[in-house]
Amino acid sequence: MAEVVKKATRQAYGDALAELGAKYDKLVVLDADLAKATMTITFKNAFPERFFDCGIAEANLMGVAAGLSTEGFIPFASTFAMFAAGRAFEQVRNTIGYPHLNVKIGATHAGVSVGEDGATHQCNEDIALMRTIPGMTIINPADYVEAKAAVEAAINYNGPVYLRFGRLACPIFNDESTYKFELGKGITLKDGTDVTIIATGLMVNEAVEAAKLLEKDGINARVINIHTIKPLDTELVIKAAKETGAIVTAEEHSIIGGLGGAVAETVCEVCPVPVVRLGNYDTFGKSGPAVELLKYFGLTAEKIAEKAKQAISLKK
Amino acid sequence: MDFDTRKELKLKANEVRRGVVEAVHSAKSGHPGGSLSVADTLTYLYFKEMNIDPKEPKKEDRDRLVLSKGHTCPALYSVLSLRGYFPREELLKLRKVGAMLQGHPDMKGTPGVDMSSGSLGQGISTACGMALGAKLKGADHRIYTVLGDGEIQEGQVWEAAMFAAAKKLDNLCAVVDNNGLQIDGRVTEVNDPEPITDKFAAFGWHVISIDGHNFDEIEKAFNEARATKGKPTVIIQKTIKGKGVSFMEDQASWHGAAPNDEQFAQAMSDLDAIEESINKEAK
Repeated sequence: MAEVVKKATRQAYGDALAELGAKYDKLVVLDADLAKATMTITFKNAFPERFFDCGIAEANLMGVAAGLSTEGFIPFASTFAMFAAGRAFEQVRNTIGYPHLNVKIGATHAGVSVGEDGATHQCNEDIALMRTIPGMTIINPADYVEAKAAVEAAINYNGPVYLRFGRLACPIFNDESTYKFELGKGITLKDGTDVTIIATGLMVNEAVEAAKLLEKDGINARVINIHTIKPLDTELVIKAAKETGAIVTAEEHSIIGGLGGAVAETVCEVCPVPVVRLGNYDTFGKSGPAVELLKYFGLTAEKIAEKAKQAISLKK
Repeated sequence: MDFDTRKELKLKANEVRRGVVEAVHSAKSGHPGGSLSVADTLTYLYFKEMNIDPKEPKKEDRDRLVLSKGHTCPALYSVLSLRGYFPREELLKLRKVGAMLQGHPDMKGTPGVDMSSGSLGQGISTACGMALGAKLKGADHRIYTVLGDGEIQEGQVWEAAMFAAAKKLDNLCAVVDNNGLQIDGRVTEVNDPEPITDKFAAFGWHVISIDGHNFDEIEKAFNEARATKGKPTVIIQKTIKGKGVSFMEDQASWHGAAPNDEQFAQAMSDLDAIEESINKEAK
């Protein structure tokens, strides 16, 4: 068996921007002194005249991006998720969201997989924050291939988009030659009848593994990849609720207000079935190697399988 | 500036002030104080300085203005209506449900408003983005932004000030409306932003200080700003909050309060008297 190639979605972000720079001449990239970490350095090297470093000033970064968009550019404002969604929340809300400007926010280093930098830099709240902004689109890609495709999809969509990327190199499971990204459409990776695992970001690969574990116990789990958290593919979620009667959500984010929140809100209004949420349980992160932290916080295939059994046991 | 032009601008600014008072009185809320202090400058910008066309509010090569001190939009709305962007009747619907004119500027709903603003400190950043965009396009339109002296207590203003100088945005011209008052009192007592000129100079800006109620000085300042290359310009204008309405002048309490009917009548009579005195001015 060929070894699984691993790459970080933040690398996809930098690679995609650099590749698409030639195709889209209105594409401009801004960063806040983190170009080597957000990987926008790749774009900077290819298109230095369309790259602007705003320095360590994220509030201004968002405003500058907003202004550039009104001049017809497609700006990608890049920094860590903590600062993009956290520090600059109000700038994003009032200056980008309210006028529905064509600004793309490239937020890297989301979740605990930031690793050693610890709690101050591990953003488990960004999806929840961004979801509350009317008209904001939120994309949380699952692997390198999906992340690259998401960047181009964001360029071709007219309006504000929050793109969430990770620091950790993760398995690439999509095939670049056949993969198609459809904004707002979930992807059923495996069909199943007993329970549905709805995952996003780096938890999608874990969800696929969890389904294999469940199969050994005779449980047939459906696996859905939700890359667009807002607008949520409610049709696919409701169908899963109706057909499998139990749902587990899995995300590297707080169980409050993220994918789990979005799915639970949708399901309980239309087709109430048990929804068990796996994610960060309302705690701050910790320092440590990323892979160890994911285990420490229970963001694993084993844990998803356990939660799936719990969801099935809650079925009426 | 010749006598006739000056007189015409003074009369227009007085009309703008009438619109401010009418709008805020009709809305029973709003921010008359800072609207009245900035009325002369906004009148000059939209009638003399800026390259704009009310028939084509989104024209790509137009000059842009970001009212960073967005709460003083009654003055902007009044100028825009006088300039022909929309009927003056809209002013009387200010802040009402379903009306076009929101409590703070909304670029999506109001012709002539180039950027939504109102959360203080953010407008200057968007103006920086516009100025950067214009340069990137090789376009020669200019970007104006108007800040309050209380507003510059916001840290983001200084992030933007650093950025504008670092990126040499000489197509950007900021105005600080130095009326000396904010909601809680004198700016110097609340959290002293002075010396404002030294601060902007230290951040690498070309700084011009003027009397913001003197059209000759206003004209000279904007001409100097346009001629300044390699750095952004800030015009620090000394103004009187509530200018033109006797009982509102230099009173922090009129930052965000609407006149009652009796006060409204007094305000209109003050502005009538000003109009009369402008008309009496001899060459």
